[in-house]
Amino acid sequence: MPKKFEKYIVIFFIVLAIIFPLITQNDYYIHIMTLAFIWSIAVYGLNLLAGYTGYLSLAHAGFFAIGAYAVGLLTVKIEMGFWVAFILAPIITAVIGFFIGIISLRTKEHYFAIYTLCVGYVIYLIIDKWDSLTEGVRGLMGIPAPANIGPISFTTPLSQYYLVLAILLLVIFIIYRIINSLVGRTFIAIRNSEPLALSLGISTIKNKLLSFVLSTFFAGLAGALYASFVRFLGPDIASTAITFDLLMYLIVGGIGTLFGPIVGTTLIVWISQNLQFLQDYRMLIFGPLLTILIIFAPRGIMGIIGDWKVKSSEKKRNKEAQKSQSELKKEA
Amino acid sequence: MEILIQQLFNGLTIGSIYSLVALGLTLVYGILHIPNFAHGAIYMIGGYITLTMMTYVGVNYWISIAVSIIVVGVLSVLMERLVFHPLRNTIIINNKIAAIGILLFLEALAQLIWGADFRQMSSPYNQVLNLFGVTFTVQRLLIIVAAIVVMVLLYLFLKKTFIGRTIIAMSQNREGAFLVGINANKVAMLTFFVAGALAAIAASLTSPINLVFPGMGHLVILKAFVIIIIGGMGSIPGAILGGYLLGFTESIGATYISGDYKDIIAFILLIIILTIKPNGIFAKGEH
Amino acid sequence: MYLATKQLTKQFGGLHAVNEVDFTVEKGKINAIIGPNGAGKSTFFNLISGVHKPSSGQVIFKNVDISNLPSNKIAKLGVARTFQTTNLFEKSTVFENVIVGHRLRTNSNLFDAIFRTKRLQQEEERSKEKALEVLDFVGLTKSAERVVANISQEEKKRVAFALALATNPEIVFLDEPTAGVNPDETEELSSLIVKMKERGITVCLIEHKMQMIMEMADKIMVLNYGKKIAEGTPNEINNNEQVIEAYLGRSASA
Repeated sequence: MPKKFEKYIVIFFIVLAIIFPLITQNDYYIHIMTLAFIWSIAVYGLNLLAGYTGYLSLAHAGFFAIGAYAVGLLTVKIEMGFWVAFILAPIITAVIGFFIGIISLRTKEHYFAIYTLCVGYVIYLIIDKWDSLTEGVRGLMGIPAPANIGPISFTTPLSQYYLVLAILLLVIFIIYRIINSLVGRTFIAIRNSEPLALSLGISTIKNKLLSFVLSTFFAGLAGALYASFVRFLGPDIASTAITFDLLMYLIVGGIGTLFGPIVGTTLIVWISQNLQFLQDYRMLIFGPLLTILIIFAPRGIMGIIGDWKVKSSEKKRNKEAQKSQSELKKEA
Repeated sequence: MEILIQQLFNGLTIGSIYSLVALGLTLVYGILHIPNFAHGAIYMIGGYITLTMMTYVGVNYWISIAVSIIVVGVLSVLMERLVFHPLRNTIIINNKIAAIGILLFLEALAQLIWGADFRQMSSPYNQVLNLFGVTFTVQRLLIIVAAIVVMVLLYLFLKKTFIGRTIIAMSQNREGAFLVGINANKVAMLTFFVAGALAAIAASLTSPINLVFPGMGHLVILKAFVIIIIGGMGSIPGAILGGYLLGFTESIGATYISGDYKDIIAFILLIIILTIKPNGIFAKGEH
Repeated sequence: MYLATKQLTKQFGGLHAVNEVDFTVEKGKINAIIGPNGAGKSTFFNLISGVHKPSSGQVIFKNVDISNLPSNKIAKLGVARTFQTTNLFEKSTVFENVIVGHRLRTNSNLFDAIFRTKRLQQEEERSKEKALEVLDFVGLTKSAERVVANISQEEKKRVAFALALATNPEIVFLDEPTAGVNPDETEELSSLIVKMKERGITVCLIEHKMQMIMEMADKIMVLNYGKKIAEGTPNEINNNEQVIEAYLGRSASA
């Protein structure tokens, strides 16, 4: 498939996302889509670490919650201006991520997964039990919507949709830049083989930490958006159930692919909406789906498309080789 | 002083359960190097099967446990055959994700069949005893004794039977085990059966003093992971000692520090340990 | 002395995997390390390249003690290595795999990546040129755009060589470079190794294929049970009693 064609597909989807609210005119659908975009941003963070660097963090919902509660607490408890709080939230998350990263990245493989699972649980417990700060299970209420920027206000679902969409596109663009640069190649080298990466002179410690901090930054950013969009926070957003949801979005869309997170998240969020009668039982379908995908298509939807592209280009190559051979014969 | 003894007794009860669950986890890890995140869900199903046998089928406690052992053991073997076996040669991240998929499925399944409510399991051993100033139910005593009996039986099985010895051999040296002609598939299936059975026993024993609900495995499995990291991944004595150790620490911590944060103790412990020794306490060499 | 080990020792538990080995690598030559299975050859490599820290003894490279440097710092000094398994990214093309090999000679960071600065563009260009250059050197120009999963084992070995060469090394350590490759292909890989030497790169390799070693090596060291039992030219090694015994003794008992 030519590169140009891919570009058109991307432009098509961006245009589709922009005109989507005009097509549906349905506030509920716009609401669902906005949420899907917010989750996607968190999944992009997870993808950078698990997909491109090869470290499965199971504390991701914890960092999402740190970003969300940062906005919530800064605006509600010390009445900071919205945008200052909004910008501070992912930075706070990344700073906490930095310190947790330094320690947790000393562990590898299973230990890292178990370690982060425990870190996630500790974050959840702290939010749940530290009543005086977080309001615990009662939940944190009264978080303001994004403040006006000049004449633009963000009080309607439509304006919030476009705000989230703009940030999502920016995130995808940044991720695209990262993974297609020497920095991204460095992450991928670590994912493939740490001993090999080290032998190529790559400081795995520094690069893994960078990937971890970036992943928590995007989780925090998504959390900050969530707080200002839903405007009510409970400890449940830090639970492992949310981490597993994010992981599922990533696996379905395609771990280690650029568009996997957005594809997987929007798809699953929409399917879940349409399977509302299932509600709590949706995992009856998605649980086995996750397992089956890992066995038969470990790189999800985008991976299947990618493999198909590789196959067709190999075919083309073989054809061309045959052609040139037969041409040589003719000449002879 | 009486409070301390009471707490030690409670710690022994909780520790018994932790040890049994951690034993299954460590056996599976020793053979296949899989951290089985779905083990907690297996434990939960074990609780429900016993509950169902007692309340809906109406058979007695012990027969219910026996049924639960078989059902959960088979379920555990199925999991190995259908999921972990096909995944044995992929990158390690995939095993964990697949296990999470199973966990999510089993929890949803339990919720569908038995509902999301907390269920009480009645035990024929609810009598209250008072010994040396310590008050406890017979069920608690039963947990402690049964756990020890199960551990002794497991020990005899692993040391005295041929098939048990192959499990040990394989966990110590996988390549070597292949060379001497051990059927790796059989050993893997058997190990999963034993792990499932241990989880079913643990859940059935603890359910009368705790509650049965779809999320009952969450904390237990997390703590079991902490235990086997403390005791050394794959180590059998480590899992037993670690289980009791955590049980005591928690029950004493709950009394003297804070009941609210009792569940956090295990994780703080783990974080401290892995911070100091990133490869676990009993990491071998640099390999 | 170019690169040398002094009384280099590594213990795992109570076992001496490498035991007081003194060895010097001759600059600009092909140096080979041979020995029966489990003789400690790979551990010896891992000690030099910083994968393991020695229990005692030293590794000296150009008069600098590198014994306790991490792998990545050693690589930056110009010491490259390959592994027995190639560990390439199977889903990506040969060219894409090799680009990262030059990463250690670049400085672009996250900021450069996000804003696509001039520095990043230049360094990427340089890394790509380097990749093309080393792929040409190993004879894979034609396969550059092929996906690694679809190329042969021998071609994967070449890609691994290319990766090591992309780091601009002075010396390369090749861990069983022809393992799992058929005899014809082995010969092609040997001539590639000789070509490296001709380019002025010092080579040090571990091999099992005796004939190949005897033909190409300038210097050979023999390890047995972690100890050096002989060192010298192929001819000297061929006639060494201890070496013959080490090999025959093992095969007789096996």
